[in-house]
Amino acid sequence: MTAPALEVREVAYAYPDGRQVLYGVSLTVQQGERVALLGPNGAGKTTLVLHLNGILMPGHGAVSVGGLPVEQDNLLEIRRRVGVVFQDPDDQLFMPTVAEDVAFGPTNLGLSREAVAERVSEALAAVGLAAEADRPPHHLSFGQRRRVAVATVLAMRPEILVLDEPTSNLDPASRRELAEILERLSLPTLMVTHDLPYAWQLCPRSVLLDDGVVVADRPTAELLADEELLRSHRLELPYGFDPRVQPATP
Amino acid sequence: MNPSRSDGLYRPGTSPVHRLPAHVKVVAVLGFVIAVVSTPGRAELAFLAYAAALVVVTAVAGIGPRFVARGLLIELPFVLFAALLPFLAGGEQVTVLGLSLSREGLADAGTLLAKATLGVWTSMLLAGTTRPQELVAGLQRLRLPRLLVETLSFMVRYLDVVADDLRRMRIARDSRAFSARGPRHWGVLASTAGALFVRSYERGERVHLAMLSRCYTGRLVLHNDRPATRREWLTATLLPAIGAAVAVAAWVAT
Repeated sequence: MTAPALEVREVAYAYPDGRQVLYGVSLTVQQGERVALLGPNGAGKTTLVLHLNGILMPGHGAVSVGGLPVEQDNLLEIRRRVGVVFQDPDDQLFMPTVAEDVAFGPTNLGLSREAVAERVSEALAAVGLAAEADRPPHHLSFGQRRRVAVATVLAMRPEILVLDEPTSNLDPASRRELAEILERLSLPTLMVTHDLPYAWQLCPRSVLLDDGVVVADRPTAELLADEELLRSHRLELPYGFDPRVQPATP
Repeated sequence: MNPSRSDGLYRPGTSPVHRLPAHVKVVAVLGFVIAVVSTPGRAELAFLAYAAALVVVTAVAGIGPRFVARGLLIELPFVLFAALLPFLAGGEQVTVLGLSLSREGLADAGTLLAKATLGVWTSMLLAGTTRPQELVAGLQRLRLPRLLVETLSFMVRYLDVVADDLRRMRIARDSRAFSARGPRHWGVLASTAGALFVRSYERGERVHLAMLSRCYTGRLVLHNDRPATRREWLTATLLPAIGAAVAVAAWVAT
């Protein structure tokens, strides 16, 4: 049996100022799965994400990626395996051109110039932005910058994709384009999101986090149909959205 | 999304000067400016020769005189200082327009103005024909210390972002009927600046996290440049070579 793409076991964490944020969180993402991480603001979702690639180390518990434990010695390999796309693309696009941003990861992995160039064109093609390779990031629209941020991570050939609020500030067309890209990639994915319809569309399973503990871990359709559960954790279905009704296929 | 601001003084073009790699241009500009600055004072013919060379390069680069003139505004403090010299210097006096001015002071003022103008003109040529990112990559190629290169690169990238932040804060502030009309309002301006600083600092921390997440090991490599051909080096070093020749001739003549 292959190791899960991501395994979080009883992770607890307190910030240096003493504030406890995670109280023993456990979750698993199997190979080929897409899982949504839901929860109100302040639940600890972003803190948990920072544990997945070793930016933060848990005070208790452990994280492993594809069987490899997240430890000081393995950090380079872990960060290659876990592709984290943060919420603000401007925080992740810090090089003079798009191509250089996408090349940043593979270059740090020690690949040759030719191999890096190959990864760059591969990654940009996967997100449909090969034509923008030589442009500075600030010349692109927000949706395009979001997609380039995804490409910067794809260039490292990750084994699991972690997305923090991927649809925030995206217009409907960009939102759809991103969904098409994610479906095409078919990588194990953990998606932190407030966009419940998006979670329902792309992630068969959802984990609900609140106050630093996992409150529910179920198929998304089931979780979103549980109004009582949602309400008690400050989640609400958008107006007009009913997860019990299948969307009409075009 | 305002391209013009972060492209600095760059004026797009396809002239031979635009096409030269940045590091070659930096060396050429540096060499020429050193020649200009080392010229002895009162070598009027030398300064004219320099100006002629710059006129040729400006024409080849396709840059208009108005662009260069705008850059010369930076010189203003030096112009004011130069204007004081004839009044402050001693020595032989000469009468100009009814005012008694020092002959030496006048000559020194003229030399100062000439050198400053030529220096700024040369810099404007470099700025107008080179994209900021290419310039930073060129400086990296010239072995500028890694920390400086990284700092410059991030400055070029994030100047726009920070300026945008400031613009949005200012709009939000002015929308609440604020207008800075005097020292009473300086506290608000200071708070805005402070908030902008904190925001930018926190963004710096997030950028660092994003870099670590993509396996940053401490070395930032900029690829936005290419090695220069021998022909390009020869073309570029023409300018400092002429400068050096004129400077030497000026020294020999004194």
